[in-house]
Amino acid sequence: MTVKTLTVKENILGANKEKAEKNRKLLDSHHVLMINVMSSSGSGKTSLITRTIQQFRDRYRIAVIEGNIAPSIDAETITRNNVLAIQLNTAGGCHLDAQMIRKALDALDLDQTDLIFIENIGNLVCTADFDLGAHKNAVILSIPEGDDKPHKYPVMFVEADVVLVNKIDVLPHFDFNLDTFPGIISGLNPSARVFPVSAKTGEGLDRWFSWIQERLN
Amino acid sequence: MHEQSIVQSILALALKNAEKANARRIVGINLVVGDYTGVQEDAVNFYFGFLSKNTIAAGAKINYTHVPGQLRCRDCDILFPLQKHDYQCPKCDGNRIEIVGGRELYIENMDVE
Repeated sequence: MTVKTLTVKENILGANKEKAEKNRKLLDSHHVLMINVMSSSGSGKTSLITRTIQQFRDRYRIAVIEGNIAPSIDAETITRNNVLAIQLNTAGGCHLDAQMIRKALDALDLDQTDLIFIENIGNLVCTADFDLGAHKNAVILSIPEGDDKPHKYPVMFVEADVVLVNKIDVLPHFDFNLDTFPGIISGLNPSARVFPVSAKTGEGLDRWFSWIQERLN
Repeated sequence: MHEQSIVQSILALALKNAEKANARRIVGINLVVGDYTGVQEDAVNFYFGFLSKNTIAAGAKINYTHVPGQLRCRDCDILFPLQKHDYQCPKCDGNRIEIVGGRELYIENMDVE
């Protein structure tokens, strides 16, 4: 049997990208804004999303797609705020993909939804490689994690539209340099916005809320 | 964990292309993997052996071409390789650095019978 070489030159994640584009089109046809929130574990994704829901729930219909390695309290925390939460259990997988998001979107009434947050798996490594069909990527980095993370996990920060520096209420106790940090981000990704915030005290959240509001208008 | 879904995509792509070419067997798959993807050969080989069972790709050898991280200074417009986590231009010491290489992840070609 002769062996022949087939030229392929196709991206491994191409099929995911196509599904992501379909998700985005689906959302656009229903006038829904979807924001993908990524960070490491423990940086405050649930707290920030919960605070954001409290800000917008009187005026907008909100849903949250929860990615968790195992079922957790996160969906319960969010449901207590009268927002629809869809729990995706990846059974140990380290990232979400566009197909999983599509299943979640199919479970939602998109005509009755204005804003969707995806709470991605807590992981700075590979979640950013998978386009989910969201309109914007928000990356959270918390003060205790350190200001060296953008150079350790650059892909995550290159894919970010917004970087939320969370837990600024504990800044005095850590070596995180908040003065030079925005320059580190803009060096890698000039179009990303950087908002220092505290989900606990509410400090700085107004800029994040305005940023979302501009995209809902 | 990560590699399992990557391998599922590699296999699907390989089988689709083999079918299009009416191939009876996939002998080798030549992958191009950028260093930023973090894809580990051992893990890919492990999952591929497992997932390709009972397909025409069973027993195929995966060959890897690694692409190192490549950076560009946005100010000087010079290219330089990624070293450790050093995002600083060797010419101007600036940190306005764009990642221009190392995120590749695709099948270049494959050998079929």
